[in-house]
Amino acid sequence: MRWLRHHLIGIVAVAVLVYLFIPIAVIMVLSFNKPSGKYNLSWNEFSLDGWTNLCGVPGVCSSFATSIQIGIISTIVATILGTMIAFALVRYRFRGRSTTNLLIFLPMATPEVVMGASLLALFLNLRFPLGQATVTIAHIMFIISFVVVTVKARLQGMDPMLEEAARDLYAGPRQVFRYVTFPLVLPGILGAALLGFSLSFDDFIISFFNAGTLVTFPIYIWGAAQRGIPVQVNALATIVFLVALAIVLTAQFVNHRRRQALERSAVDMDTFSRS
Amino acid sequence: MVAVVPTAARSGASAPVAQRSSKTGYLLLFPGMAWLGVFFAIPFVTLFMTSLQAPVAGSPGKYQFGLEFGNYASAMAEYWPLFLRSFLYAGIATLLALAIAYPLAYFIAFRAGQWRSLMLVLVIAPSFASFLLRTYAWKTILADEGIITSTLNSLHLLPEGRILNTGIAVVAGLTYNFLPFMILPLYAALEKIDPRLMEAAGDLYASPQTAFRKVTWPLSMPGIVAGTLLTFIPASGDYINAALLGSTGNRMIGNAIQINFIQFRDYPTASALSFVLMAAILVLVFTYIRRAGTEDLV
Repeated sequence: MRWLRHHLIGIVAVAVLVYLFIPIAVIMVLSFNKPSGKYNLSWNEFSLDGWTNLCGVPGVCSSFATSIQIGIISTIVATILGTMIAFALVRYRFRGRSTTNLLIFLPMATPEVVMGASLLALFLNLRFPLGQATVTIAHIMFIISFVVVTVKARLQGMDPMLEEAARDLYAGPRQVFRYVTFPLVLPGILGAALLGFSLSFDDFIISFFNAGTLVTFPIYIWGAAQRGIPVQVNALATIVFLVALAIVLTAQFVNHRRRQALERSAVDMDTFSRS
Repeated sequence: MVAVVPTAARSGASAPVAQRSSKTGYLLLFPGMAWLGVFFAIPFVTLFMTSLQAPVAGSPGKYQFGLEFGNYASAMAEYWPLFLRSFLYAGIATLLALAIAYPLAYFIAFRAGQWRSLMLVLVIAPSFASFLLRTYAWKTILADEGIITSTLNSLHLLPEGRILNTGIAVVAGLTYNFLPFMILPLYAALEKIDPRLMEAAGDLYASPQTAFRKVTWPLSMPGIVAGTLLTFIPASGDYINAALLGSTGNRMIGNAIQINFIQFRDYPTASALSFVLMAAILVLVFTYIRRAGTEDLV
């Protein structure tokens, strides 16, 4: 009984994690299914169709490629713009700081349906043709804020002594940025880019409003949900999930090793200075 | 005094780094802020103007500039129950998410030790699989002949005899989908708490329950406020869960906005509904900003 009381919170925590992964397990298991009817909702028969013939259903792979394209372009643009804003916010003094902060915060606090609708209202009034360009514009818009927040946190968490030390060693402003600041912020920027890509790749609501006849991967899934989602979609989603998880876990591992190495060298320095 | 001067001089030398005031700052800000201005702020103006447009006489589906404030009255008269339902579903889902997220965030912050960063990765990992597919997967999990529904049915706990295509399924989907938005801010707030404060409460003969109620819970309040907002806002505007897991009787305001905009092409009504939703949510956000300040959130 005491054991249970002591470990209760751990048991609940693990249960919540398992709960988070139940739908993932369903998606993966059903990627090996051979649905009996048109809906892939319950287990029928083992089959590798979804995996051996990934592009076997028309539209699946082209929509997937469209989403990758939009994701890459909007992530690159938004990461550059957002990183610049983060540097300005942390390193520079300027007027209108609270308005700036508000304009960065609001996109994260606005329901997607409102952002999608208002952007569509703009494009309709300008008679701007809907398609890949409008979806990419929309994605850049909503990713910027997330990049700013991520990079800003990294910049603020940085030890100012490191840049100071570089200046003490006669590094010019450019050298300090190139050899000290940028390498230190880079993990934050890469993290922001990964977050941005996953937000773009998975976005449905804003894309749907501004897509016109363009079909992204989520829009394909939405349409397919009415007439039955092909197993290929489950297989592709499983691949995306595993690749993203592998990237994040590798980054964690590298970070962990780097920190260990740093701690070890710090200990060496300590013993050296004491002796 | 002698010891103080060099320190002051040094901090004086590093201060310009944090507060350089030059054109560079504005140049760095401009492109990104211009993008947000043109594609986020201005669209609200066009949305508002669209919400006041008047139909063109004789050509249905065409609208022109107008000041038809009556659009709001007719949109609200038709759709107010969907607003209520959206805020009700989102509110229940937010409370459920808080109850589910708190133990996990607490465990990661105080008990996970070396597993902390791995557990945080596991919290965000499900988001790497498509939002739509994860929601669709709940159709399988909550199916009428599934384990959950039949178990609850044998206990006579389901008023409608099923979960799928009822409000329960929509709330369950919302709770699941926005859970990470609750866990992460809660964790961030809990992680900042000095565990010695809880120990001190114990040393002063507070029972674990009292220590939690008087120390941990109040100190985690910033995380609770941020988490509830980050869950409630997207949940109240969501229409994917209602469309995939609910029936026509469970439609939320997002469904109405989407259908009016894209299917019916009734732009004024759809815009008026979006504007009211945004206004209702802004009231919530500004209350929060006044409590915590934007700097903490951004």
